Amino acid sequence: MLRYILKRLLIMIVTLWIIITVTFVLMISIPGSPFNSEGSSNATVQANLEKHYNLNEPYHIQYLLYLKSIVTLDLGPSIKQPNQTVNDLLGRGFPISFELGIITVAVAIVSGITLGIIAALRHNGIIDYLAMGLAVLGISIPNFILATLLIQKIAVDWELLPVATWSSPAHMILPILALATGPMAIIARLTRSTMLEVLTQDYIKMARAKGLSPWKITIKHALRNALMPVVTIMGTLLASILTGTFVIEKIFAIPGMGKYFVESINQRDYPVIMGTTVFYSAFLIFMLFLVDIAYGILDPRIKVHKRGGE
Amino acid sequence: MEKILEVENLHVTFSTYGGTVKAVRGVNFYLNKGETLAIVGESGCGKSVTSNAIMRLIPDPPGKISNGRILFKGQDLTRIGEKRMRSIRGVDISMIFQDPMTALNPTLTIGTQLMEGLRDHYKVSAQEAKKKALEMMTLVGIPNPEERLKQYPHQFSGGMRQRIVIAIALICEPELLIADEPTTALDVTIQAQILELFEKIQEATGVSIILITHDLGVVAKIADRIAVMYAGKIIETGTKRDIFYRPEHPYTKGLLHSVPRLDVKGDLIPINGTPPDLFSPPKGCAFTARCPFAMEVCDKVYPKESKLTDTHRVDCWLQDERAEQLMATTALK
Amino acid sequence: MKATEEMQPTSYQSEIPDEWFTRKKIDIDAAEVVSRPSLSYWQDAWRRLKQNKMAMLGLAFLILLAVMATVGPIFSPYGVNVQNLPNQYQPPSQEHWFGTDNAGRDVFTRTWYGARISLFVGLVAALIDVTIGIIWGGISGYKGGRTDSIMMRIIEILYGIPSLLVTILLLVVLGPSLLTIIIALTITGWVGMARIVRGQVLQIKNYEHVLASKSFGAKSSRIIRRNLLPNTMGPIIVQMTLSVPTAIFAEAFLSFIGLGIQAPFASWGVMANDALGAITSGYWWTLFFPAFFISFTMFAFNVLGDGLQDGLDPKLRK
Repeated sequence: MLRYILKRLLIMIVTLWIIITVTFVLMISIPGSPFNSEGSSNATVQANLEKHYNLNEPYHIQYLLYLKSIVTLDLGPSIKQPNQTVNDLLGRGFPISFELGIITVAVAIVSGITLGIIAALRHNGIIDYLAMGLAVLGISIPNFILATLLIQKIAVDWELLPVATWSSPAHMILPILALATGPMAIIARLTRSTMLEVLTQDYIKMARAKGLSPWKITIKHALRNALMPVVTIMGTLLASILTGTFVIEKIFAIPGMGKYFVESINQRDYPVIMGTTVFYSAFLIFMLFLVDIAYGILDPRIKVHKRGGE
Repeated sequence: MEKILEVENLHVTFSTYGGTVKAVRGVNFYLNKGETLAIVGESGCGKSVTSNAIMRLIPDPPGKISNGRILFKGQDLTRIGEKRMRSIRGVDISMIFQDPMTALNPTLTIGTQLMEGLRDHYKVSAQEAKKKALEMMTLVGIPNPEERLKQYPHQFSGGMRQRIVIAIALICEPELLIADEPTTALDVTIQAQILELFEKIQEATGVSIILITHDLGVVAKIADRIAVMYAGKIIETGTKRDIFYRPEHPYTKGLLHSVPRLDVKGDLIPINGTPPDLFSPPKGCAFTARCPFAMEVCDKVYPKESKLTDTHRVDCWLQDERAEQLMATTALK
Repeated sequence: MKATEEMQPTSYQSEIPDEWFTRKKIDIDAAEVVSRPSLSYWQDAWRRLKQNKMAMLGLAFLILLAVMATVGPIFSPYGVNVQNLPNQYQPPSQEHWFGTDNAGRDVFTRTWYGARISLFVGLVAALIDVTIGIIWGGISGYKGGRTDSIMMRIIEILYGIPSLLVTILLLVVLGPSLLTIIIALTITGWVGMARIVRGQVLQIKNYEHVLASKSFGAKSSRIIRRNLLPNTMGPIIVQMTLSVPTAIFAEAFLSFIGLGIQAPFASWGVMANDALGAITSGYWWTLFFPAFFISFTMFAFNVLGDGLQDGLDPKLRK
């Protein structure tokens, strides 16, 4: 197990290093200087930038200093908002995005798995068809479209819930619903299909032959095995929920990091874009690492094992 | 002798998109206390379906016990509720599956899988359960049971896993053990060991065994009586001696001839052809199309059961005296 | 059956006429006849796909969409980017079947141009993914050993890269265009395909017909072409039908956060983004049509993918 963790840790560091390097290469390859085009005539901004990115040094020194600044968790200044650093923006925006993300993940996992199990146990019944029909719809409708529809119908036409912002639990319902539907649908489908496969396994028949109750067979014998594939896609799902927060926060005017990020994209605020990309990549890669560890704990067959595959 | 199990006129059907498969078509047999009955036949003849029907483990839908009775100690298992059936499974009747590689849950320890039936049915303490588990592991011949209890299935070899499966089946001390091809997936040397284990267990616990197999070698070793199944029916039944030394049904004879033997000279004679489609089983004897002695009558009417001795029964038109005359006058080429 | 068996032996015996006790000609061939017609793998897959109504609905929709993307704009007298400001936000009518948008452009025309972009991006991205994925996964799985472990290590590292973030970064730097969007989408998109192909190849490599070819001295390239690829096609096709909607979604998503394809092109995501400001004012059609087509196209690919998955799985042959 320790070897497995160390190996994953090493892969995680290499991945992160590649992303940082790519970011750096892209930054210096932007035509002209990214830092004085687009009218950042403000002298303080310019001074901050030069100080942070050591623009007067040769590239390899810049690269090393850039690596160092990231390792020391200093993500640099913003062009468009004078006297603001990427760290400031993250400090303000990330907790809100994290809250949105984590609730979404919880909602998606719990409802997705429940739906998947029910559909599998009622295989080819009406509930199964209904649940899977909903799931295909959930996968097909992009979250930004679903969000707009929800605002239009539930908030504007029927006035049941507030239209935007993130100030009370009632405000949270629509954004979470819009963001959680897709991942929930994916989890539900995956849970159902692996559950159906697991239910045909000999060890399930054996459990039935032991005279165990259907409840116990489902929870203790089937679910644990059916959840393995769900765990393996958690990394991808987390990434999609995270990028989903960009549009959801934009649509619902939630003052999270996603909203700042989209604004910085529209304003071409390069340091913020890059700082946020590096931060979010690191965050996701770390989550992926945790998922891998969880998988290693769930499946006793994994000792020094490759992820997924065969 | 006391009959522990009587199966009467059992019919099992499966509805599929292509129609209804009549997998078991009126099976009758009984099992005495403490004896071993082997149900023999080629794959798809309905022997596994029969054993699953006794356990009431036929997936419904698509499967269904459409007719017949299964009397276990006088109680008809086809008529009791699922909850009552659950208290019989694993406690009074246990089952062993063919492939030990897939019969154990890969994510649970051997100990958990061994003890869960006991703990569920008898509500014993963890300590008592563990004591019993260690006892069972010793009985089935697993060294270092204390240590092995904490391990996972992938840490065991195939033969060892089958021993675990047997221990799981026996831990609640059932009166009837159904073994569905218990040695098929194992190496020949391991097969012999497992068969010896069955004999040892029967001696130690007095359990009655139904052995489902296609392997006549296995049958010769441990069966007391044999039922030969073909296309969803039992076509001949008798003691081991009856079947091995005085087989009457051409199919039984064919089976015996297609097993290599060291003590008898001569070629192996395969049975040509394949079993009939059970979507629309023939009206008469299902073996007719492959039978070297087939007569016009065989296709038209199913033969009645002939009692040759107290123990030996066969369903074949050759037992009719008119057939005997025919066979005597026209010798087989 | 029960009745026959339990009838009284005497009366039962006498009912059987003596002439039935004659030898029957044995026809061994008849016993060998398989009662069902044999179908090739692809015929059987197609038969099962046809039974799946949802998948056929998806397929029909996609064919229709492809036709309309090709010829749709011909039916419209309006140009894709012809602005007509006095004419903005016209509801659907005889002149403008899908209404007009904030710049008075015809939504009907723009929808089919959008279909071109979405389908093009989706198909090209999926094709590139498949090509790289098959080559990478095929070599990795077939060679095995050291080559495999190095190639898989690279995949594991790439797998950790959040693709949409990198895509955003690339588009910001290179500037959004059809080409950069496709490059950005494929740069990490092939990883999933490579893993699937490798898994399949590993499994099939040890099948007997492959071992047989090997023992005849067939070359590696021949074995890969003749034995491995045909047997891995099922999962690859399924993965492809599922990676097209992923690419379509990604394109719409990028358009939506302002990194979409620029004029003169119109994509569904750009249209949806343009419509966002107008939705609360009641101009529903500006959002409805692009949103409907994005969703229904993804839906169609998803159900078709599901159908293919069931159809192409040899284990499910009945």
